[in-house]
Amino acid sequence: MSAGSPATRVVIIDSGGANIASLRYALARLGHQSRLSSDPDEISGATHVILPGVGAAAAAMEQLRSRGLDQLIPRLTRPLLGICLGMQLLFEHSAEDDARCLGILPGGAGRLPGGSGLPVPHMGWNQLELCASSPLFNGVSSGDWCYFVHSYAVPVAPATLATSTYGIRFSAVAGQANFFGTQFHPERSGVTGARILANFLALD
Amino acid sequence: MELARRYRDEGADELVFYDITASPEGRSVDRRWVSEVASVLDIPFCVAGGIRSIADAEEVLNFGADKISVNSPALQDPGLINELARRFGTQCVVIGIDSFESGGEYQVYQYTGDPDRTRDSGRRTSDWVREVQLRGAGEVVLNCMNQDGVREGYDIEQLTRVRRLCNVPLIASGGAGSAMHFADVFRKAAVDGALAASVFHKRILGIPALKDYLHDQGIEVRR
Repeated sequence: MSAGSPATRVVIIDSGGANIASLRYALARLGHQSRLSSDPDEISGATHVILPGVGAAAAAMEQLRSRGLDQLIPRLTRPLLGICLGMQLLFEHSAEDDARCLGILPGGAGRLPGGSGLPVPHMGWNQLELCASSPLFNGVSSGDWCYFVHSYAVPVAPATLATSTYGIRFSAVAGQANFFGTQFHPERSGVTGARILANFLALD
Repeated sequence: MELARRYRDEGADELVFYDITASPEGRSVDRRWVSEVASVLDIPFCVAGGIRSIADAEEVLNFGADKISVNSPALQDPGLINELARRFGTQCVVIGIDSFESGGEYQVYQYTGDPDRTRDSGRRTSDWVREVQLRGAGEVVLNCMNQDGVREGYDIEQLTRVRRLCNVPLIASGGAGSAMHFADVFRKAAVDGALAASVFHKRILGIPALKDYLHDQGIEVRR
């Protein structure tokens, strides 16, 4: 399938407040138009669903619950990619405001420990360490750099596909069945990020 | 736009656009331009220039910036830093500081985009660095004015002093003229990033060659 395939209907879930301009531009560079929506029918009809997220876990979950999306998302059968907070929401819980999350993947997010020379939020380029094979990793290798902006992270869990290290080793990419997540921002992670997005969009 | 594409392709780790005449001219950065640049970039994009309110910041972020950098308006109204951090998170809020040394004292200058309006803000650099962090700055860009534009090296002495006070990422600005200057500032002042403009714009230094040099010097860089 070519990158410019018109067959994709990419829907970005509107969980309120998230700045998604750079994500939409990244999808457009790969030849895919996208729609921002919180409409259950539109989300169910998508070929690919992206759950972005900037902000706090509890507030984002509240937004999803208000539209019944907390029930809908776990039942989706098409490929879904959670980005940053959106990845953390796929797990059971987050220490951020002690929020109950979607519960699709086992485990949860805790606060980054930080420490001397490791300010939180962690903002910057870090290297991936791949620890499982995944269709998202076509053309991606351990040592490739991605751009992170986060204060919370999911420790290594059964669904972890790649890790990164910032004081602790944490899940940089997670996935199980049709649900995937990246703690980094693929839309701002140069060539590596673009490859991972393209690999996601090529999933059937 | 051509520069944005070139730096993206050459491996810049972040692009910062400073519309330095915006504040002194009482306007803010061109939104259409922000969105055009954001649409070609696949690296973090920070925008600075006359962002004076939550509404200004929101617009710039909605048009595709990842971070906003505030300088003169924060000096005018320091509470703006708290508001921006509360609304958008500290990770979005970069504080730019223009610091000028005179008689052994480092002072913060304002409206440096216009030589006729540039003035001492009446604040000591060390005090302001501490205050902006307490108010929610997620990153500090320290532009050392005495070195700015002369390409004789970063102000290692001042950056080292500020590094001790600064617990958020610190970006060095002003003075880059050679690859060695970058190695020096990372090693001696332990900054998190180094910003440069003219040395790249004028192709005195290429980003890939710079990164190869830093790597050979044992400094970890994304290549």
